[in-house]
Amino acid sequence: MVGIVLVSHSRKIVEGIRELAAQMAKDAPVALAGGTEDDRLGTDMNKISNAVHDVYSEDGVLVFFDMGSAYMNAQMALDFLEEDGSKVEIVDAAFVEGAITAIVDSGLNKSMDEIKADIASMKLGKMP
Amino acid sequence: MAELNQVIGALNHAADIIENNKQHLTELDGAIGDGDHGINMSRGFSFVKKTLDEGSFETAADLFKKSGMALVAHVGGASGPLFGTAFLRASMTLKDKTEITIEDYINLLKASIEGIKMRGKSDAGEKTMLDALIPAYEAGEQAVQQGKNTVEVLQAVKEGSEKGLKETEKLVAKKGRASYVGERSIGHQDPGAASVALILGAIADYFSEA
Ligand SMILES: [Mg+2]
Repeated sequence: MVGIVLVSHSRKIVEGIRELAAQMAKDAPVALAGGTEDDRLGTDMNKISNAVHDVYSEDGVLVFFDMGSAYMNAQMALDFLEEDGSKVEIVDAAFVEGAITAIVDSGLNKSMDEIKADIASMKLGKMP
Repeated sequence: MAELNQVIGALNHAADIIENNKQHLTELDGAIGDGDHGINMSRGFSFVKKTLDEGSFETAADLFKKSGMALVAHVGGASGPLFGTAFLRASMTLKDKTEITIEDYINLLKASIEGIKMRGKSDAGEKTMLDALIPAYEAGEQAVQQGKNTVEVLQAVKEGSEKGLKETEKLVAKKGRASYVGERSIGHQDPGAASVALILGAIADYFSEA
């Protein structure tokens, strides 16, 4: 199953998305990286690395992010990843809709490419 | 210009200056951003201090790399990856050196600029830390060309960054949280540029007083 990582400035946002998605997909591997290490608003490279590590498999990992530094910290996390980075991708998508679609898809055992095709229409131009 | 223990001294001094200006940086960010810049920077640089304090360093590259990783891991905002990348790029220019010359310093500023542009997909004039760093580098580069001594070059870098910082008041923010308020950011200094000016100023002051 494709792992899904949710990166947000806010812990509550990622917890909320997971809760919402769980109504439809309970088994998908989802890991959260919300807020900073001292639980303020912000993003944290180590949290993102750990989240990727938690849901990593040969099937790949898709990383969703909310805005601003979330993208930069996700990139940094991938730069320093221990796992095979070619199987981990940051995706440009509306955060809530994209993540929930991907979580449900992963629960249906869809592949990375299939999931990416399903969220292709949800791009927001967040990755300059 | 500096042996490793002096580089450590200068970075520790920069960390202290950031800590002393925590409130000021937070107020700058509060005016046009999300108001966390002072806390983020002071937190990040407290970990740099800890790294410098507890670590042992074979080379200048090692010292900058570990400091950069401390920033990346502990700042918790865009400044983490940006300042962290600046330090990591600086580290790459230093290789196995155990002493830094003024030319090395200017070179590492240049490499930092390239790193920040790459990481932030940003350029001059977008009201970011680059708007202090680029004029600082240019002033330093010019001072080296003119055959100025180390303290004079460091001073030129400091003044370049301060001039650049002042100029950010006129700019419209194009990056980061401040870009959400757009035109309303005019009249305010960029907090990232303010941090750059504080750090480069602290380094100049450290070697002037040494
Ligand atoms: Mg901020």
